[in-house]
Amino acid sequence: MAGRVAIVGVGQTHHTTRRNDVNMAEMVGEAVRAALADAQLSIKDIEAFIFSNMEAFEGVLLPDHGMVAEVGATGKPGFKVTGGGTTGSEAVGEGCHMISAGLYDITMVVSWQKHDCGDATAGISAAAVPTFAKGMVTGAVSEFAKQALSYMKESGAKEEHAAMVRLKADRGACRNPYSHLKLGLGSIDEVLQSPYLVWPIRLYDFCPQSCGACVIILASEKSAKKIHKKPVWVADFVVVHQEPFRAGSFGDPTGTETYSQHVACERLYKRNGITNVRKQVDLAEIYEPSTWEEMSLYEHFYFCEKNEGWKLIEKGVTDIEGDFPVNCSGGVIASNPIGATPVIRIAEAALQIRGDAGEHQATRDIKTAIATALGGPNWTAMFLLKRSL
Amino acid sequence: MAQRAGIVAVAQTKYHPNRADVNEAELAYEAIKQVLEETGLTLSDIDSVVTCCQDAWDGRTIASLNLQHVVGAHFGHEFTVAEDGINAAYVAMSQVLSGDHETVLVESHMKESQGEKSLIENAGFDAILMRQLGLDFTSAAALQARRYMDKYGITPEQCAKAVVRNHGNAKNNPFAQGPMDITVDDVLRSEMLVSPIRLLDTKPISDGACVMIVATEEKAKKLARKPVWMMGVSNCYETHYLGDRELADCDALVKAARKAYSMADINDPLRQIDVAEISTEYSYQEPLWMEGLGFCGRGEGGKLADSKSIEMGGQLPVNPSGGVLPGNPNGVAGMARVAEAVLQLRGEAGARQVKGAKVALAHGYTGICGQLQAVMILANV
Repeated sequence: MAGRVAIVGVGQTHHTTRRNDVNMAEMVGEAVRAALADAQLSIKDIEAFIFSNMEAFEGVLLPDHGMVAEVGATGKPGFKVTGGGTTGSEAVGEGCHMISAGLYDITMVVSWQKHDCGDATAGISAAAVPTFAKGMVTGAVSEFAKQALSYMKESGAKEEHAAMVRLKADRGACRNPYSHLKLGLGSIDEVLQSPYLVWPIRLYDFCPQSCGACVIILASEKSAKKIHKKPVWVADFVVVHQEPFRAGSFGDPTGTETYSQHVACERLYKRNGITNVRKQVDLAEIYEPSTWEEMSLYEHFYFCEKNEGWKLIEKGVTDIEGDFPVNCSGGVIASNPIGATPVIRIAEAALQIRGDAGEHQATRDIKTAIATALGGPNWTAMFLLKRSL
Repeated sequence: MAQRAGIVAVAQTKYHPNRADVNEAELAYEAIKQVLEETGLTLSDIDSVVTCCQDAWDGRTIASLNLQHVVGAHFGHEFTVAEDGINAAYVAMSQVLSGDHETVLVESHMKESQGEKSLIENAGFDAILMRQLGLDFTSAAALQARRYMDKYGITPEQCAKAVVRNHGNAKNNPFAQGPMDITVDDVLRSEMLVSPIRLLDTKPISDGACVMIVATEEKAKKLARKPVWMMGVSNCYETHYLGDRELADCDALVKAARKAYSMADINDPLRQIDVAEISTEYSYQEPLWMEGLGFCGRGEGGKLADSKSIEMGGQLPVNPSGGVLPGNPNGVAGMARVAEAVLQLRGEAGARQVKGAKVALAHGYTGICGQLQAVMILANV
């Protein structure tokens, strides 16, 4: 990026199933105030706003327009980005672009989903091609069941490994004050007792529908150093979409797929001289809709060799105390307010780099982190964050 | 800004009341094909795509799924802006100026024919206090029109003149949907929709797409016969609740314009701007927005509408294309204004050309009573 951009403030709500106590704007306001407090800024300091939300889930047209006053965007520039699961990353990316273009000095990314106002599975089903696929789609669960089957067959991973992913996530979630599902799971057997949604995906293998918001404040190099003692630098980011008319977007039954993750890594790693991710990057916050997909993503992001993702879990490499911690926050299977989910990944990675993650701070010192997003028919976004450039 | 962002090519479909013959991607591709042919680029030369569409109107979650294959987003970088398309052009400009992208394709489409306008718009109001009132954008606009007309003594005749002039200008625009031979009396006698807004005070349902390519200064000079430069841009939100707003004064537009003007070194818009393309879905908006844009003082929009200075051949021709009233889809309308401004600055606007235009203004808005206002200043030198 031409201009250097840093994260100078993050704020989240406590993610949960229902927020009957607040409307959408009030819920988002909580995260806005938390981020301002973190940055020690006033709303007057924010020059432009980028909103991230998938309006189909709540059934609100132009949802950003309804919360302008609560957010503090009245009389300020801004707009909403929309684009499925990766929406939040794109909003943060645009927040960076606005700064590195020299148009603004300080921008705020406002992201949320309030799933108690709608139904995510119905919303996701409405993403199918209207003319011939609408009746065939049952939301995200069935897509990730295909992925899990394909992964199971090819890699040799067992259901026990998926259960281990859940246990790892739950340990993180129980330490994270903001996470939604804190199940307190004690054993693999406990996970394996949860019912199947779509075989082989069990209830505990899959992400919830959460209500929650996350806000990130971005600043130019000049301002960032004045605002925060520990700015976290956005070293680079990449967004890779693809056309949806393909078989096996998530799984790979033919063994001939090009994955958007591979394209994203090729671009991001190459530009940043990364040849060995686990040596050169300290931690990852990844967007994993299911336990099975987490193991698969380890491979797609080159954290390990093909078909060895489950071995990382088995060996505890990606545990909070491990060599290469992944999703110390509990990840997406613990909290999933979709429009905010990618933003939470970036915010959590930034907290880890600052050493401010509290109870769920990784054991090893985190200087560099990757935060990813997944959406649509396997779209990928990746952010590379650093303590110093 | 060290660099400038340039518009290399623009294309629009002909706006039409019902394009049942094409889906969104096919509609968009009609325009995409033209910008690719004009520039000699292929989709693989595009390194970022900014689409502009809304899930509610497309009837599809992640509306840009419709488009990935026609915009060149396969394994590419794509953002969707869910506001009027002029904001997508703004995003493209930021991407180019950031140094991250060299060639950005901007696409905006809308098929209003396949949605239930009133129902969709009602979902744009606060769910607890306003939605139950049955408001849609037209009934809200009527409140704004009434307040504006009462506060400043703007007359229905002055608003009707805007309709007649826009329809007249549209006769010179091959992309225009439905230019009509109408008189002020025809407008004033047309069916009352929501007082004081009559049928001819509004635009018809419309389908269409608009596409452009934005590039770095260096690249634009290579790709375009006549690059047009984005000199200043800004947008600005009003607050949501109608009761919290002074509907007769468009403060957000004033702010957006001020910022765009300062970026482009404009301090006397009426003199320094040669042609303006502004978005008005309702006739009262033309005088109101002209006040917001600083073409006249507060409350003087009606007088300006009466004068000849905004006609073709006047001091500042407004909407040589005919603007939005003869038929433009919402969401595309503001981006179409940018496209029209580009044609003017390239001297390629045909019968609607403003001679020697060097600096143009494009305006777009999104939402209830123009809640999000956007202004862009373009120049050919």
